[in-house]
Amino acid sequence: MTRRVPYTIIHETEYAPCGVPVSLAQHLLHLIPRELPWQTRESGGITIEPDLARLSEGEDAFGNPVAWLSLDTPHDGLLVRAESHVTVIGRPLPKAEDSPEWESVRDSLRYRPEPRDADTLDALRYLYASPRVPRDTQLAEFAQAAFKPGLPLLVATRALMELIFKTFTFDAKATEVSTPVHEVLKKKRGVCQDFAHLMIAALRSVGVPARYMSGYLLTDPPPGKPRLIGADASHAWVAVWCPENGWVEYDPTNGIQPDVRHVTLGWGRDFQDVSPLRGVILGGLAQVPEVRVTVIPDGEKAVPRPAA
Amino acid sequence: MPSSILAHYPYRPDSYDELFGEDGVRPHWQEFLDHIDEVSADTLKARSAQLSRGIQQNGVTYNVYADPRGTDRPWSLDLLPLILPADEWRGISAAISQRVRLLNALLADLYGAQTTLAEGLLPPELVHGHKGFLWPCKGIQPIGDTYLHLYAADLARSPDGQWWVIADRTQSPSGAGYALENRLLVSRAFPDLFRDLQVQTLAGFFRGLQRSLGSQAPSDGEPPLTVLLTPGPFNETYFEHVYLARYLGFPLVEGQDLTVRNDTVYLKTVSGLKRVHAILRRLDDDFCDPVELRADSALGIPGLLSAVRAGRVLVANALGSGLLESAALPGFLPGISRHLLGEELAMPSVATWWCGEEPARAEVIKNIKDLVIKPTFPGGSSEVIFGDQLNDEQLDALTRRIEADPSAFVAQELVKLSRAPAWSGGQRRKLMTRAMGLRVYAAITPEGYSVLPGGLARVAGVDNTRILTMQKGGSSKDTWVLSDGPVSTFSLLQNTIRVDDLIDETGTLSSRLAENLFWFGRYGERCDAVARLARLSLSRLSEGRRTERAGALSMMLELAAGAGLVEKKVSTLPLAKAELDLFRAVLDRRSDSGLAANLQRLTWCATQAREHLSLDHWHALKRLSAELESARGRVSDVSALLEFLDEALTTFVSLSGFAMDNMTRDMGWRLHIVGRRIERLDNLSGSLARFLRRHVDIAGPLQRELAVEALLELCDSIITYRTRYRAQPELLPAIHMLTMDGANPHALAFQVRMLTNYLRNFEVDGGDLGTDELDASFSALQDFPWANLEAAGPESERAEATLELAKRLDDLARAGRTLSDRLAMRFFSHVGGAGQATFAA
Repeated sequence: MTRRVPYTIIHETEYAPCGVPVSLAQHLLHLIPRELPWQTRESGGITIEPDLARLSEGEDAFGNPVAWLSLDTPHDGLLVRAESHVTVIGRPLPKAEDSPEWESVRDSLRYRPEPRDADTLDALRYLYASPRVPRDTQLAEFAQAAFKPGLPLLVATRALMELIFKTFTFDAKATEVSTPVHEVLKKKRGVCQDFAHLMIAALRSVGVPARYMSGYLLTDPPPGKPRLIGADASHAWVAVWCPENGWVEYDPTNGIQPDVRHVTLGWGRDFQDVSPLRGVILGGLAQVPEVRVTVIPDGEKAVPRPAA
Repeated sequence: MPSSILAHYPYRPDSYDELFGEDGVRPHWQEFLDHIDEVSADTLKARSAQLSRGIQQNGVTYNVYADPRGTDRPWSLDLLPLILPADEWRGISAAISQRVRLLNALLADLYGAQTTLAEGLLPPELVHGHKGFLWPCKGIQPIGDTYLHLYAADLARSPDGQWWVIADRTQSPSGAGYALENRLLVSRAFPDLFRDLQVQTLAGFFRGLQRSLGSQAPSDGEPPLTVLLTPGPFNETYFEHVYLARYLGFPLVEGQDLTVRNDTVYLKTVSGLKRVHAILRRLDDDFCDPVELRADSALGIPGLLSAVRAGRVLVANALGSGLLESAALPGFLPGISRHLLGEELAMPSVATWWCGEEPARAEVIKNIKDLVIKPTFPGGSSEVIFGDQLNDEQLDALTRRIEADPSAFVAQELVKLSRAPAWSGGQRRKLMTRAMGLRVYAAITPEGYSVLPGGLARVAGVDNTRILTMQKGGSSKDTWVLSDGPVSTFSLLQNTIRVDDLIDETGTLSSRLAENLFWFGRYGERCDAVARLARLSLSRLSEGRRTERAGALSMMLELAAGAGLVEKKVSTLPLAKAELDLFRAVLDRRSDSGLAANLQRLTWCATQAREHLSLDHWHALKRLSAELESARGRVSDVSALLEFLDEALTTFVSLSGFAMDNMTRDMGWRLHIVGRRIERLDNLSGSLARFLRRHVDIAGPLQRELAVEALLELCDSIITYRTRYRAQPELLPAIHMLTMDGANPHALAFQVRMLTNYLRNFEVDGGDLGTDELDASFSALQDFPWANLEAAGPESERAEATLELAKRLDDLARAGRTLSDRLAMRFFSHVGGAGQATFAA
């Protein structure tokens, strides 16, 4: 029987009031979950406080839902609240052993002056360097610890994911939003975004298309403790293109292949394409917005965090 | 009969010579050659000198980042034009017009359906691996389906006479403005020839571009406002941005001058937000919008892409068009041309191999010695490498680099460039020849693409150089395309202007420019005051403390301390300390109220407002900054410092003279003058108040007299005083003259009168500015009981009156500062720095 898990997700991004008004704020939001064969979006929406902003919705070049926010009334403090009700449907994992040799996939993607099908063309968008994902021999060498000659692509990819999961330390303090991949490789520490970028960079460096997945992960509260509002975070993982299976997902931060615990917002070449919120503000103080995410399976309850 | 000038012509049969072929002089050069053969060597020399002067006078410069002469190197232009016959030009023109149609169609395909990728006609890596492919622009359909409004191609001619395309410029092609300027100067050097040869004119081309931007712009019935967007004064071709903006009649703006509200682009002007309908950009496209493109760009306009997407503004060239600037592209164009246009490519590109293709790479490595190796994508760090200039070891290293990352490299056939005659500059009117390339331009017009009949010919600087770049010391030439029919005498200056096209002079003065002009005025005046004060203090200092003139010294030091030039308690410190402070105040930028710091601020404002200032302004400031630099290392004694201050004062006085004589009396000028007046009001009332407070403490009539004399000198009013009173300086007449005399430009009354006059002009178009405080505090001065200051009156009454006057002067200074803030609120309120970019997960 197919598993269907319904969720409510609340994702808040807040610039706290600081006493210095912002005269103009313009943002691009990737906060609406994408409709997928394994994910339906029942309802939801974005609300802004103060309620003076213009908000228009559309689709980006990768097919992700986006919203553009623009607020040109002077304001002190801004809250962007996205609420979504989605259902994630379980999907079978492909048999890794049956996937083609990774070298043959790599070679099939080399340029030849002949027509290509749409799937391959789509994959080729995610094969090259992008703003936050370099491609070079050092990264290829890193990948080669997993990409041994003759291995089936998905076996090698799984090995690469496990290599990162086992030899890298999750450390929220180790990196900032914009940590270069090489620094992550050197320090062997980072957050989900860093591990996703590193894995993508390693895959592309050996000639395998890989994309950046943005979304959420259902976490479990400590045994006996209630689920807390705002205690979660947005999450990032990786999808690899395999000619037989299409895009297959891997979560190097947790060493697992996503199933019904991962909710997808969208994808792109790297974080920059699908950053949940990016924008420019004029005025105010140099503030870093606070982000609060809550992922609740329907039927469960979340309680407010006790005041610190 | 061989022309005498050709007696020593260095003809080289191994290259194509533009002037000379196997059968002698090419016919289209004959008339030109006859002419320069007739005129004397001296005449040619004089014309060459006239050309250089023209370059200097018009301020034609090219910024070279690494040039020790700073950001301002004069443009280099050869006296002799490149001449091309009409029939040959028709071929070039047709080929370029086909090529720009093709590239435009290719951009539409790549940002749309990508059929060229699906058909395998272009490697996806050249698109998806190119930083210039702007994902957020995919799917946006530009207005009129035009991506390329202005396009340039670099051409070279091989020994067999065939023209080849070496590179395409699709981002924001530079050089068309220089081509215009070259034409202006060279046609002036040969006026008769230019007419007799029926050289095709350039103005129609620019008019076509101007018209198509205007007609394509989504103007919703308003007269279209097109702006030219520049990265700013530090860009290598900034001169050209200024020049083209003036020539085309577009306001020159920087990113921070524009703002996006409600998917609409506005120019922040002194009279509020004005809608912008079209942007001709010289800013690279990935810098154009920090919300969706490069987040680290402080030069862009947040939200521009939303406005583009909504079809509310035309951006030329379209965002994303830099994608086609790839050395690898030309190799694929023949197939793409057949696919997209159903046409064969009319002009071949130089033979190109992209090493990302397996067979091509093998071929390249085999023949590497005969090839030119270039980076596939622009902006990389690797340079152009000529295989035949490398030794075996270097060739091996290059091969290894290519093998490690083949798709990053492109190989091109080495084209032996044609050679064009160049003026040697020597007495013997000998001609030289130089390797040459030609940059040609195409622009969209309502009738389709048109090609500029001419172009920017570039010649190598040194005899053997193969790379033609102005960055590396090359020179340029005007290009004369001959015609076989009547020549259009149309000039941009003659196009008819309808009522709708009339420009409101205050309409498009950007807040940023206005603010910089205002502060250019204030800092100019402040520098003058600081230099004057420092000079007087130093000369009094050299007289020493123990003389009978000590009163003047202590007064000057008091004023210098009040102005922040020397330490507050200076009167009790050794003179050597005061001298040291003054040296610092003049030469050291860290002395915040000093001359060096204020000169730096002045120069910054001038740089920002450069398009509005005359070249005289600019040169005077440049010279002074350079002198300050050298004085810092050189000057060690007081007399040398005084000499420097004299020079500085001369410069500041002439700056204020230029403003009166050379600047157009527009809104910007008025703000500049108001800035000067406010600064002088502030500075003068402050000095007078300090003077009065100190004056009551001075004992003895001689010392008081000396102090008053020093004040008059400081206020540049000693001569006025002497001619008026023909007596020794006294407090009452001196102070009265410096406050109430409306005819003395160094008096407070004069500043107030001028301010009131200029501000009345502003108030017409924007409501009351509020000069109440200024009026009230000046009335209080007028009502001051001046009789109480009479020397004959009782001492205590005089002291009390003196302090009361000082208080009223403080009030006036405060009123001036309030006014300044109010002006800022009214006119510069839209000025805001670049926004901060955020990413949140």
